[in-house]
Amino acid sequence: MAKFDAEARAGLSLIAPPFLYALLILAAPILTILAYSFLTDGYLEILRDFTWVNYAQVFTDPIVRTVMLRSLMVAAIVTLATVLTAFPIAYYVSFMVRPEKKAMWLFLITIPFWTSYLIRVFLWKVILGYNGVVNSSLTGLGIIDEPLTFILYNINAIVITLAHAYAPFAILPIFVALEKIDRSLLEAGRDLGESRAMTFWRVTLPLAMPGVIAATLIVFIPTIGDYVTPEVIGGGKIPMIANLIQVQMLALDNRPLGSALAVTAMVVVALVSLLFLFLNRRFLKVRQ
Amino acid sequence: MNRSGRGLQAYAVIYLLFLYAPIILLPIFAFNSGTIIAFPLQGFSTEWFEQMWSNTTLRRALANSLTIAVSASVLATCLGIFAARASTRFAFPGKGGIMGFIMLPMVLPEIIVAMSLLVVLLGVGVQLSLLTVIAGHTLICMPYAIAVLSTAFSSLDRSLEEAAYDLGESRWGAFRLVTLPLVMPGIISALLISFTISLDEFIIAFFLAGNEPTLPTYIFSQLRFPRAIPVIMALGTVLVLISIVLLAIGEYFRRRGNARIGGSPTGGLL
Repeated sequence: MAKFDAEARAGLSLIAPPFLYALLILAAPILTILAYSFLTDGYLEILRDFTWVNYAQVFTDPIVRTVMLRSLMVAAIVTLATVLTAFPIAYYVSFMVRPEKKAMWLFLITIPFWTSYLIRVFLWKVILGYNGVVNSSLTGLGIIDEPLTFILYNINAIVITLAHAYAPFAILPIFVALEKIDRSLLEAGRDLGESRAMTFWRVTLPLAMPGVIAATLIVFIPTIGDYVTPEVIGGGKIPMIANLIQVQMLALDNRPLGSALAVTAMVVVALVSLLFLFLNRRFLKVRQ
Repeated sequence: MNRSGRGLQAYAVIYLLFLYAPIILLPIFAFNSGTIIAFPLQGFSTEWFEQMWSNTTLRRALANSLTIAVSASVLATCLGIFAARASTRFAFPGKGGIMGFIMLPMVLPEIIVAMSLLVVLLGVGVQLSLLTVIAGHTLICMPYAIAVLSTAFSSLDRSLEEAAYDLGESRWGAFRLVTLPLVMPGIISALLISFTISLDEFIIAFFLAGNEPTLPTYIFSQLRFPRAIPVIMALGTVLVLISIVLLAIGEYFRRRGNARIGGSPTGGLL
């Protein structure tokens, strides 16, 4: 330990308990499923034979491919919808709301997020359902004769529910990025003869980009792994990757294939994250 | 306010309605005497709250959830104090990697944490119980606790501690008498946030609790039975009220902490 100075030793001994905890509860299990994903599934036990079969199945099985692509598509649509609708709110709170009222607005935005996730998801089913709030109101008002069916038990309903669930995750990082913008830059843009819209496009938006990218990642990662919404809203008929992992791991008891699915999902999430972090770096470079 | 400002304001109000739509429905159906969750409403009733109160499985689930949430939030906050102190006060080799790894559960889909932990526990032969859920919840609450605590620790003025050393306090004495009281609001916020996350966490509780119900897994099991829904609506109403009270307390302590270290009152929970 001679090569570490006193400060490094103090820091390392302080970080040791949380680090060891994460190693034990997170790293060890993930390494285990990584190992499982290369083993062969026997009838009642897992055979210790190295194989690529599980990954071959992940990439060729049409069901797996459908579910994987569906998860990516749902997560992409949800992320796009959430970030696009969240940006004006973050902009409004940062630029239009008086400073002393900002905390209250953020409080209002975060409250729905702290209420039971399961109940919120279920209530969207109530709102969008066949005899739900939307349909009974519209038929009651005489706007439609038959209840709309395109909004329940399908991907649209999943998207609406997830976009609602992750709204604060998108608003907060964009808000933080907007708050950091030096307001005199915007005045400079106006003084130099740019229109309001062009100032927004050429000054505000590029400077807010790190927040937008953070929001994209924060929404994308949990939505692609969401288990509850497809289960409750989709009625189990439109599974996403998390549901498939669970079925393989537990119901079908094929742990190697389930592990290979989980590892693949993690790799996909990591690749998408790296892509966005790379984009973020580009934007930060432009900034300097 | 100009025209675009008014347009944005209208948009903000509509957006808030979208955010609150499900939560507004909750008390409406909880006090509705009809057994079907649909409009038109039948009449006013507190029957569902009475049924909820006398439901023994629900009580058991609540007791389990509280046990888990209290244990996990205390453990996560204690571990978080170590991490936040280390990352804000000391430079050490591998800091970025270690901190990134500890914060990983924030960006890892929960199903992967739950499934990999379950596979290992079953493989090792550990009996699933409340303890296994506490272990999982501590892991996922820790990054949030660290995020809150890091803010509290990083805004500390280091010269205050040095003043304590100069006045003859030991390291531990200075930490206990100077640092700890100053970061106390951060600690309380971290406890509350971890508690709220654990109380609402479903995936890990669903897979790691064995046969023990927690509030979210109980709710999930009841969603399949239309007759059970009104009671769940009543339960949801109570839970919303509790979250709002806890959040308000957390916000109060956060602001007091900010005021104590001379920060501005703006900014949110993050």
